[in-house]
Amino acid sequence: MQSTVVNREAGVKKRRSRSPLDRDANRTGWLFVAPMVLGFALLLFIPLMMALYMSLTDWPLLGKASFVGLDNYQAIFSDKEFWKVLGNTLYFAAGLVPLNIGLALLLALPLAGKLPGMGLFRTVLFIPVMTSLIVWSIVWKYMFATDSGFINQLLQLLGVTGPSWLYDESLAMPVVIITSVLKNVGLNMVLFIAALQQVPVHLYEAAKLDGANKFTTFFRITLPMITHTLFLTIIMTIIGSFKVFGQIYVMTQGGPVGSTEVLVYYIWEKAFKLYEFGYASALAYVLFIIILALTLLQWGLRKRWVMHEG
Amino acid sequence: MRADHLSIRRWDRLSGLMQYAFLTVVSAVMLMPFLWMVSTSLKEPAKVFLFPPQFIPTPIRLSNYTEVLQSIPFHLFYWNSVYIAALVTLGTIFFASLAGYAFARIPFWGRGVVFLLLLSTMMIPNEVIAIPMFLFLREIGLINTHVPLILLPIFGAGGVFGVFVMRQFFLGIPKELEEAAMVDGYSRAQIYSRIMMPLAKPAIATLVIFTFLASWNDFFDPLIYISDRELMTLPLALSLFTDESGTAWHHLMSASVMATLPLLIIFFFAQKQFIEGVSMTGLKE
Repeated sequence: MQSTVVNREAGVKKRRSRSPLDRDANRTGWLFVAPMVLGFALLLFIPLMMALYMSLTDWPLLGKASFVGLDNYQAIFSDKEFWKVLGNTLYFAAGLVPLNIGLALLLALPLAGKLPGMGLFRTVLFIPVMTSLIVWSIVWKYMFATDSGFINQLLQLLGVTGPSWLYDESLAMPVVIITSVLKNVGLNMVLFIAALQQVPVHLYEAAKLDGANKFTTFFRITLPMITHTLFLTIIMTIIGSFKVFGQIYVMTQGGPVGSTEVLVYYIWEKAFKLYEFGYASALAYVLFIIILALTLLQWGLRKRWVMHEG
Repeated sequence: MRADHLSIRRWDRLSGLMQYAFLTVVSAVMLMPFLWMVSTSLKEPAKVFLFPPQFIPTPIRLSNYTEVLQSIPFHLFYWNSVYIAALVTLGTIFFASLAGYAFARIPFWGRGVVFLLLLSTMMIPNEVIAIPMFLFLREIGLINTHVPLILLPIFGAGGVFGVFVMRQFFLGIPKELEEAAMVDGYSRAQIYSRIMMPLAKPAIATLVIFTFLASWNDFFDPLIYISDRELMTLPLALSLFTDESGTAWHHLMSASVMATLPLLIIFFFAQKQFIEGVSMTGLKE
């Protein structure tokens, strides 16, 4: 990072004095970035501001919108449904994040090594990442079917009568969590493999000379050396879990009895099924603020690490 | 705490075996849905819920596939998904590389600020802008068309990610190449198209895979903006089948196989590029 800054400054000075091209660097530069910047302004920034305004109004599908100030936000905080939905979202995140990170790490440890056949395992474990979330969720919904679904058939072979997984208030969310972990664990796994392979070998050799066992080596060398990747990955995974939608839509539609109704599903319902655009925009802004806070946390951590390393 | 060498070696062999066992079990769980999907897609309707479960169906029923192709406009869903993903990918590569090059190499006024501003928008969730965007598109008559599905990702978070990836790549290309071209009288546009882009093939390849995959698998946007059956993409069309009571699982599974298989084949051949691309962008992000 630092070296690129130095390079750039040196380059600018050198070229300013001799390159005819940079006399109109401003014009060319802006011309090159213009489509992206314009597109961003029109399709991202303006809608973002518009959503903020809408969250301060009562905006029905038909008829006129009226400005209501912070009423929507007040309504959110006294909306029992909202707290339940937020609780469900936190439940999903609290289940998914540790399972995903833990499993990804457990898989990455052997895969980062040099045992034969690891490439094949890596490929297989990455396949679900490549698969459409919708297809993945459809197939698992089918496998978790109550009457003669594949999972319950396996249980029946063992002499156990399987529960009605996705129609059971206390089991639906765990099923969604586990299938979501399996879908995406390969991504974090690959990031961990890359991080593990960058740990200098001489550290392990030194530890071996000192007679450290595997567990000591893991907790005193491996883990500290990959904390950087670990924390960034954890935050990315938390952000992703707050935006969970597709698997809920396919597998449970928020049910049974609202037990898997999560934040984005609630926003989607309010906006595009009930057409309460003002209220839904306020809900969306609550989501935005949560994600903003997590992203700022991530940036802060990254900055600290970069300085620390530099 | 010094263990003797013999027990260490024995422990190593044991842990090696345990590692293989663990990886095999998890891989089997990962592959199970695919095997069961393919198996079901070849079953007679009456045998879909047969007990005990049949992995290799007897008889094998290929007509599930032809029936799907005949009963729903599957080819249309497929075509919609393919051409939308292709246009999104092309657009992203073009606009993102153009901007990425300028951010990396052209010292224009306001460069740093604009780049930071762009980067900071990557965290805006799609769901937040979807509501005003929906109303706006309805106003100008673009709801229920493919325009939002093509334009929004190019200039949304995906495009910004593309700008970032391309900029990082261009920063790593030696300046001398450009300077030599300038001496030869190349313009910026010529340097970009004749020198930088051919060099950027690895970054472009990574971006192609990312962008295509994201568009191909996108679900939220099609769900909101598309309601006509003929305009649906594959994920949206497939999701609707499960709504209907009494799902025809043998048909749904053969449709799922057809939707999944081409991408998996591409992945199989491009996996090295892909996995390395993921770790590269993931770490430097």
